[in-house]
Amino acid sequence: MTTMLRTEGLAKTFTLHLRGGMQLPVLSGIDLTVSASECVVLSGPSGAGKSTLMRSLYGNYRAEAGKIWVRHHGETIDIAAAEPRIVLAVRRETLGYVSQFLRVVPRVSTLDIVADELITRGVPQDEARERAGALLLRLNIPRRLHAIPPATFSGGEQQRVNLARGFIAAHPILLLDEPTASLDADNRAVVIAMVNEAKARGTAIVAICHDAEVRDAIADRLFPLSPTREAA
Amino acid sequence: MTLLRARGLSLRFKTIRALDDVAVDLWPGEVLAIVGESGSGKTTLLNVLSGRIAPDAGTVWYTDPEGEEHDVHAMPAPALRTLHRSDWGFVHQDPRQNLRMNVSAGGNVGERLMARGARHYGNIRAEAIDWLTQVEIDANRVDDLPRTFSGGMLQRLQIARTLVTHPRLVFMDEPTGGLDVSVQARLLDLIRTLVARLGIAAVLVTHDIAVARLLAHRIAVMQRGRVVETGLTDQVLDDPQHAYTQLLVSSVLQA
Repeated sequence: MTTMLRTEGLAKTFTLHLRGGMQLPVLSGIDLTVSASECVVLSGPSGAGKSTLMRSLYGNYRAEAGKIWVRHHGETIDIAAAEPRIVLAVRRETLGYVSQFLRVVPRVSTLDIVADELITRGVPQDEARERAGALLLRLNIPRRLHAIPPATFSGGEQQRVNLARGFIAAHPILLLDEPTASLDADNRAVVIAMVNEAKARGTAIVAICHDAEVRDAIADRLFPLSPTREAA
Repeated sequence: MTLLRARGLSLRFKTIRALDDVAVDLWPGEVLAIVGESGSGKTTLLNVLSGRIAPDAGTVWYTDPEGEEHDVHAMPAPALRTLHRSDWGFVHQDPRQNLRMNVSAGGNVGERLMARGARHYGNIRAEAIDWLTQVEIDANRVDDLPRTFSGGMLQRLQIARTLVTHPRLVFMDEPTGGLDVSVQARLLDLIRTLVARLGIAAVLVTHDIAVARLLAHRIAVMQRGRVVETGLTDQVLDDPQHAYTQLLVSSVLQA
């Protein structure tokens, strides 16, 4: 299978200047490979660096050492070294990320938040809104909520808006940080189905997922992380 | 090719180092936020990049639509004025600095078109009304004087006046400063939508990190006239490397 994402010797240490330059080593020597149609679930206790690894893969955290190779339009790009505008292009076209919490511009309606993901990729507005509406309905966000900004939604509703936004553009690589954390059983089943459909399309997926039932339903293998944290 | 490129910019005001060896690259369609506290040199940098203040040392190059680079501070004054009226726009914190308060709202927008050579009154008025609507000012206010407008409306009028000529590059100095929070959110959404739709590049000065997060692709953090950190917006804000950026980010009140 095509390798979509591969890290080589990835390391991340946080330096806290406001704490006298204290060093927090979180990741070191991470070699992770993810192929098309594969879902790798990062496992390990809290504090093992799962979210840090995921944010580093997205270029949200800066890798301190190592490479993050991403297959982007058939080329291989090192996210850890790429210029900002290249990272943005990779995020737009190749690498999607569903964070744990929804962060949006105030005042923008739920439907537009999701449809915008398609519009910025050149999909005509009507088609984008129609597909966004359909995906929100599939995630059990009723149509009467589509015109409302999600600021007042419950945690579970916000998470489902976030999932709709993350899945709609069908990125070839998807990073999912606790995609089902605040969802009930029905909605968990929808997310499991969406992940498995994405895999069937060839999407490479990296997920963090504490729920054993969901993990068993989506994971092809686990990638164990253990806490390496010690103050230097 | 970069749209705007600066190297080695330095400027002293008596004993104060306002700019100290600053470099900037801006690509077409990119929004760059310059953040930092008062007195860090943000607005000075904006004024030097836009040719309004000459640096003691260093060069700013602008690439025109034909791909030719121009040294902004070596341009003859009329050429720079033409640039400011056509390819460039400037949004001030105080809209009164840009607007003509004794000219109607429609006139303020239409004037920029006329300065660029538009002559047909009906077309100018129609385009002015179209732009007022885009910045969410009621079309029936077209003949009203700006002094009858609220602060948020004045700022939106200034944005319409600036964007009507479809500039390729807009300089913005604290565009949401001094406005109520609710008005700010509306204005931010408007700027974000217009800039993305028209593919405009922008250099945005703000002391408000939340504004930078919403609008900018990239951030440059300034402290005492130096750019101490630069990178992708979310990277700089979520994983700040420099001690000053860490202080800036950790000092923001969570609403």
